[in-house]
Amino acid sequence: MADVTLPAKFRVATASLAGCFGCHMSFLDIDERLFDLVKHVEFDRSPLTDIKHVGKCDIGLIEGGVCNTENVHVLREFRHNCRILVAVGACAINGGLPAQRNHLPLEGVLQEVYQTSPGLAAGLIPDDPELPLPLDKVHPLHEVVHVDYVIPGCPPSADAIWSVLGDLIAGREPALAQRLIHFD
Amino acid sequence: MSGSFKLDGREIPFRDGQTILQAAQDAGQDIPHLCYHPDFKPHGSCKVCSVRIDGRTAASCTTPARDGMQVDSNVPEVNEERRTLLQMLFVEGNHFCPSCEKSGACRLQATAYQVQMVSPHFDHFFPDRPVDASHPDYLLDTNRCILCSLCVRASRDVDGKNVFALSGRGIRTHLIVNAASGRLGDTDFSAGDKAAHVCPVGVILKKRVGFAVPIGQRPFDLAPAEE
Repeated sequence: MADVTLPAKFRVATASLAGCFGCHMSFLDIDERLFDLVKHVEFDRSPLTDIKHVGKCDIGLIEGGVCNTENVHVLREFRHNCRILVAVGACAINGGLPAQRNHLPLEGVLQEVYQTSPGLAAGLIPDDPELPLPLDKVHPLHEVVHVDYVIPGCPPSADAIWSVLGDLIAGREPALAQRLIHFD
Repeated sequence: MSGSFKLDGREIPFRDGQTILQAAQDAGQDIPHLCYHPDFKPHGSCKVCSVRIDGRTAASCTTPARDGMQVDSNVPEVNEERRTLLQMLFVEGNHFCPSCEKSGACRLQATAYQVQMVSPHFDHFFPDRPVDASHPDYLLDTNRCILCSLCVRASRDVDGKNVFALSGRGIRTHLIVNAASGRLGDTDFSAGDKAAHVCPVGVILKKRVGFAVPIGQRPFDLAPAEE
């Protein structure tokens, strides 16, 4: 069990790795409860703040799996800085849609996408050194770093996200009611 | 022999020849299960229905009920073991619920909800499994196969067609189709077969009805497998 003793106002960071930002949209779906939330939290790195690097935080919420080297870097930075790390959504938990390339050779996937698909002009596979390299397979977060809690769903409902955040704010061990556990 | 046994403290009557699971279901008390189906001979392979019988663990779908036995099912230790079994089933196959037509009507998923499984926990195998779309009316997506053998039993014992079989051993066990080509389209499998309607997961799927029922309105969305 992670240390759930939290300060009165605590810092929360969020990021989307190999995700679609659907989990972030669902997070915003907590609607007017956001007003309650901001009494208790301040945001660090997040698409809501546009801060580029995560600082010391109490809670990190990560959606999306790990598909490239930049994802690994961001995830490790979150783990290093966040006391509690939460995998949010199907892709963070099992790789999700991006992981459906996992049984295919990466080279073949890149060739299909950039060179051989019908309707494509014969192009190049991008190789700019600034681009993060894709990984051989897409991994769930827990295969790369230790994850403290998960919120399943594609996306998790706003109620599920609120339930876990509410538990953490109150210093309780998060426990989703059965009706809030969904994998789709 | 008939009599009664105690399941989680409740007295369950049974008739001669009944298993623990059958007697429990007759008494209106379900035990989580995947490979058991009341129409077929129990297979005892998934072990999700395992219970503690006088302190020892056994599959309730294959263990005959005996008078006076003490059976624990819905207790934390047993549910913890069920959760672990389910997690292993999830990582051994490719179970991507959001893009599966069976989501919300899937017994593997519903049973996972039932025992409060929130993640697969283990490292994923991401196996390479074939999809067979050769049949005009049915799709065979073995990515989701949990080797329950219900289609094997239905096709053999009810339809009399022997369309399916499990081949290989251990982790290499896999579902095969009884045709020289190995393709479902080259068998006499048809929509009227019992085997077309028993798959608890999203392997044997009817074509051209995908997402006719929206996610959120499917059977286990409306009524959980069991609280």
